[in-house]
Amino acid sequence: MVGTDTTTAVIWKEELMIEIHVNGEPMNLAPDTSLTDLLAKMELSGRRVAIERNLEIVPRSQHGTTRLEHGDQIEVVQAIGGG
Amino acid sequence: MTAQTAIYSDPLFIDGKAYHSRLLVGTGKYRDLDETRRAIEASGAEIVTVAVRRTNIGQHPDEPNLLDAVPPEKYTILPNTAGCYTAADAVRTCKLARELLDGHDLVKLEVLGDQKTLYPNIVETLKACEQLVRDNFKVMVYTNDDPIVAKQLEEMGCVAVMPLGSLIGSGLGILNPHNIRIIMEEANVPVLVDAGVGTASDAAVAMEMGCEAVLMNTAIAAAKNPILMASAMKKAIEAGREAYLAGRMPRKKYASASSPLDGTIG
Repeated sequence: MVGTDTTTAVIWKEELMIEIHVNGEPMNLAPDTSLTDLLAKMELSGRRVAIERNLEIVPRSQHGTTRLEHGDQIEVVQAIGGG
Repeated sequence: MTAQTAIYSDPLFIDGKAYHSRLLVGTGKYRDLDETRRAIEASGAEIVTVAVRRTNIGQHPDEPNLLDAVPPEKYTILPNTAGCYTAADAVRTCKLARELLDGHDLVKLEVLGDQKTLYPNIVETLKACEQLVRDNFKVMVYTNDDPIVAKQLEEMGCVAVMPLGSLIGSGLGILNPHNIRIIMEEANVPVLVDAGVGTASDAAVAMEMGCEAVLMNTAIAAAKNPILMASAMKKAIEAGREAYLAGRMPRKKYASASSPLDGTIG
């Protein structure tokens, strides 16, 4: 990368971002983002939620060590009123 | 059995666990979480259904949580699969619910057929049931009033079979007492009426027939005064159960005087 070339710098930065889908919506994140980081970004830290990643449940105990990857499909759910 | 002891010595057993209340209630359609909490308290219910839904991105962090109003330490939370139209979605929802509730494996399975009737899709329900039982879930299953299907669901390993009294949220009452009676006669697991109750007498009818319990949501939540209706339902369920245990008098075609016929004046 050439430090003074801003176009290249932007491309370089975008290449570093990963795109995932959270509850059906696209979201761009820095690489190495964990599920714990994602919950913090969604302002859901400490709340009772469950996460599914690419159709597999990720236990709460693994949120900190699970790193998101480009193309991940994430579902974050909670309990709401229902009959 | 005296009236005072009936509620304590006659528990409802679901998957080996005893409950004193035979009224199961939903948490949907209330004005707010405070009303939810007060209605459920007034109902005396111990098993409370919840739905599982996506969190809203950008949700306010201080927004109250349903499970604060209905704490799992106090109630048996029964997550449902409402809104699922395929076995695959229902199974995913149950797995998410189990993770959400720290391994709690009692679920209410409902796989719906269409939005107009919310009638159960039995083919998908059977498929989901098979997978859930294999995955060690304890399944309470919402079904139609077909005795053959009810028996199949029991044989697959469901811990309770829950035929509808009438369509979800319709408040039309128990439209199919004969089928529900046949289902109960054949069943070796608890049969609960789930859906259709509109008012207290409907709940009493279900219990007088010998249903083990009744699950309802809209009848309470959509009443003008949900707290008062919750209290009415509690009494109706207890009254219906006691009437069932007491055994009703036979129906007769003609009158039978309650007062002695001898010693009348004139």
